[in-house]
Amino acid sequence: MKVSSRTAQKAAKILIWASALLVIVILLAIVIFILIKGVPEISWQFLTEIPRNMGRDGGISSTIVGTLLVTAVAVIIATPFGVGTAFYLTEYTREGKVTRIIRFSAESLSGIPSIVYGLFGFIFFVMYLKLGWSILSGGLTLAVMILPTIIRTSEEAIRTVSYQYREVSFSLGGTKWQTITRAVFPSAIRGIAVGVILGIGRCVAETAAVILTAGSALRMPGSIFSPTRTMAEHFYILAREGISMEKAYGTAALLIILIFIINVVANMLVNRFVAKGR
Amino acid sequence: MIQQSKIVINNLNFYYQKKQAIRDFSLEIPGNEILAVFGPANSGTTTLLRTLNRLCDLIPGTHMEGEILLDGKNIFAPDISVTELRRKIGMVFDVPTPLPMSIFDNIAYGPRLSGKKTKASLTDDVERALHMAALWDEVKDRLHTPAMRLSGGQQQRLCIARVLALEPEVILLDRPCSALDPVSTAKIEESLKQLKEQFTIIIAPHNVQQAGRIADRVAFMLMGSLIEQGITAEVFENPKDKRTSDYITGRFG
Repeated sequence: MKVSSRTAQKAAKILIWASALLVIVILLAIVIFILIKGVPEISWQFLTEIPRNMGRDGGISSTIVGTLLVTAVAVIIATPFGVGTAFYLTEYTREGKVTRIIRFSAESLSGIPSIVYGLFGFIFFVMYLKLGWSILSGGLTLAVMILPTIIRTSEEAIRTVSYQYREVSFSLGGTKWQTITRAVFPSAIRGIAVGVILGIGRCVAETAAVILTAGSALRMPGSIFSPTRTMAEHFYILAREGISMEKAYGTAALLIILIFIINVVANMLVNRFVAKGR
Repeated sequence: MIQQSKIVINNLNFYYQKKQAIRDFSLEIPGNEILAVFGPANSGTTTLLRTLNRLCDLIPGTHMEGEILLDGKNIFAPDISVTELRRKIGMVFDVPTPLPMSIFDNIAYGPRLSGKKTKASLTDDVERALHMAALWDEVKDRLHTPAMRLSGGQQQRLCIARVLALEPEVILLDRPCSALDPVSTAKIEESLKQLKEQFTIIIAPHNVQQAGRIADRVAFMLMGSLIEQGITAEVFENPKDKRTSDYITGRFG
């Protein structure tokens, strides 16, 4: 039987719409389910008190602080190295063996399951460097984990900056460094920020890698050398050990809200930075 | 004679990998004149302009032979600072290339690179450069709006102003009007005629007529070689080489 092109066109349109719709529905279903279950748990006390009784009672303040600190350490360490590598790959070297090796390494790293990073972090940072279970060990491990993401997105962002900007900057007597910092970087910052935000998202959500490196202490961390427990870790433990499903949902809901806030704030910062030129 | 020439090019050869773009090119360029280097596509005019401020250095796999003297000093000598050379020999490209920042920041980009910081001196530079490029009246009230919002002709005059802000000695223009309408083109040609009082201008015009309108001297290139050069009127009215007259009269190209 022959299908007329008009029918095929209609069928394609319906299928494409349906797949897009399905994705949105699934995403919304998960988010709404967690928010409905979790938001009623969120209260002032939940936000400000540290967990008591293994997390059955009290709040989750120390895990919020732990999450933010581990993430901050990871991002502060990974961003300069990642962006630096991206600039090396795009501006300082020609395509060749070295770039292929770096790119292959970065791609391989991004395919490794996070528990392997956890194991590496445990052996290297916790045991070998004697950093112990700490925010620093966790942050360093996550930094290694998100490095490939930051390198790849930054590299793409830098590559899309028009060659003309570079040429103009050089023709006005700019050195390579001036050209990179004043002409290329401001144009690439939006794309670089996307990579960093993706990295933040992965850090905030990570469980396996931090459980092995940051510990699972419930008290408020005193410094980056203290052990801590992140929110993702906390609700994993709460749910798995059957300590409190209510608190687990509350923590999960808060985590979703936190990720949302980080995204909005990061976007605002970038817009503010970029808005001047466009 | 040599002392009077701003730029002297001696036996220049330029290669992209194996392909030769400029062949045994020699030319003396006097100061405070407009020189139009013209020829059909792939005749080497763009490459020639780009060797003059060493933008060609940026392309991997190129090499050159011969010398280019600016005020008697070889620009390829090892003690020449390329960044300083490019400040002395400014370049305007074939499509307008504003940077994604404000009008003010675009013009101040060059002076800031050389370490100028104070707001007052930058403001002076920007205003002077915009006046010289005949753009001041059109943009004086919106210096801090994005340069991308200007029209194509305004953008190109902005690019000229950006070069002028560096107080260069030579200005290179590579088909600066190829993306512009006739009115904008006329404005740019008018300002170039004013600017030659203070600068040496070398332009690759986007057609023969433009060379005739603005240039004091012309040089005709074909396949990377200099075919003929001289005072504009002489070359246009009395070309010595048949290829020159064929090109000027529109028999090819």
